[in-house]
Amino acid sequence: MGADKYILRVEDIHKAYGDREVLKGVSFNVRKGETKVFIGPSGTGKSTLLRCINQLTLPDQGRVFLNDEEVTNSGTRINYFRQKIGMVFQNFYLFDHLTAVRNVEVALLKVKKMDAAAAREKALEELRRVGMEDWADHYPAELSGGQAQRVSIARALAMDPDVILFDEPTSALDPELTREVLEVMKNLARQGMTMLVVTHEMSFALSVANEILFMEHGKIIERGTPAQVREDPSFERMRKFIGKFADFGEGSGKEDD
Amino acid sequence: MTDVSAFIVQTLLYLAPGIVVTLSLVIVSILLGLLMGVPMAVGQVYGPKPLRALIGVYVWIFRGLPNLVLLFLFFFGIFPILGITDDPFVVAATVLGLRSGAYQSQIFRGAIQSIGEGQMTAARSLGMSTPQAIRHIILPQALRIALPGWSNEYPILLTDSAVCYAIGVAEILAKSYQLVSRTAEPMAIFLIAAVIYILLNYGGMRLFAQIEKKISIPGFGKGAL
Repeated sequence: MGADKYILRVEDIHKAYGDREVLKGVSFNVRKGETKVFIGPSGTGKSTLLRCINQLTLPDQGRVFLNDEEVTNSGTRINYFRQKIGMVFQNFYLFDHLTAVRNVEVALLKVKKMDAAAAREKALEELRRVGMEDWADHYPAELSGGQAQRVSIARALAMDPDVILFDEPTSALDPELTREVLEVMKNLARQGMTMLVVTHEMSFALSVANEILFMEHGKIIERGTPAQVREDPSFERMRKFIGKFADFGEGSGKEDD
Repeated sequence: MTDVSAFIVQTLLYLAPGIVVTLSLVIVSILLGLLMGVPMAVGQVYGPKPLRALIGVYVWIFRGLPNLVLLFLFFFGIFPILGITDDPFVVAATVLGLRSGAYQSQIFRGAIQSIGEGQMTAARSLGMSTPQAIRHIILPQALRIALPGWSNEYPILLTDSAVCYAIGVAEILAKSYQLVSRTAEPMAIFLIAAVIYILLNYGGMRLFAQIEKKISIPGFGKGAL
């Protein structure tokens, strides 16, 4: 795969709920190994945008391509694309009746049709990757929010996706638990995972993102590298928005809300 | 004293085949109802509109008619016309089962609808089809949630089964009635019959409590979904 080949292309996505236009034409491309972070005020369509990429929400207009194959309008092949596009949710959505390890392996067994031993091995490996192997036999109700989110990241990783969508992965967590989840995500970024992240964690954005995209009223208003955003005063809207959350320091991993 | 115990033993011996018939009737109809109730619930939640409407009509009719009316309708009408069978046990099991299916479908529908939307969303995001998600994620949770309400079907069917004596099913009440007409001891015999029903009920309650305990999952179904 060439270095300048896009793994994901998102073209002119529109979505309206009745009269309310949530997305008004959003386009961007993602290269393998990139981390793109979407920031912006609540209700500006960031989460809807992620859900349009894996078609959990059907866009009214616009197209999505994964490795040059069209994801939009793909009929039942969407179930194939969704294996390649992992998703991590704000409220984890772990399967409540399954232990951590079975949460990770259920799709390997039922979707990928792996045999039981191989699926178990893979699931334990992914739990190890997020530091949750000691909790493999615990049910979701027995886990803290941070632990549950790490299991849900392992669940997404187990499918060997080309890209993972993170929909406000730490918004339901208190600061201490937020840190352990961000740590896992930073490691993934370092290991070359392609990630799209909607978040309010500005120091994560500034320290990990290859590009920060600022959305408002259903559109990408400004976009640039963390260095550009930090140093270039022309990123006026974004700088003002980030300034509300934190000082423009180095992304030390310490957040204050 | 020996007279009394001899009377009780003789009565129980006479009623024993009736107990077998009653229990068979309850088990067959509860299973038939289960076989119908789960797919109907799934259809009502996830199916296309016409199917949902059709199931709604079915539930409306079978919950809306008295047991005895349905039994007579099927025993004297529908079964003879279709020439299926004139075995009263088969008719009774069918009617109780069809009716229980209507009730059970609504128990399961409520349980499915109580499961957070996120479970389906997460399953679909992993590449499961809707049927796969229903089978592997939604139903295992819904059936657990449904169990306490569903176990009501046992005492309901057990008590309802007594009505089937009206079409000649040789169950506990029918056998008791036969014995009363022979011995002229209605109080004693119906009392024994009543005790049998209560004990059968108790046994079922214990069984369902065991099952509930066995399939329970830590922290699941405690309202903290």
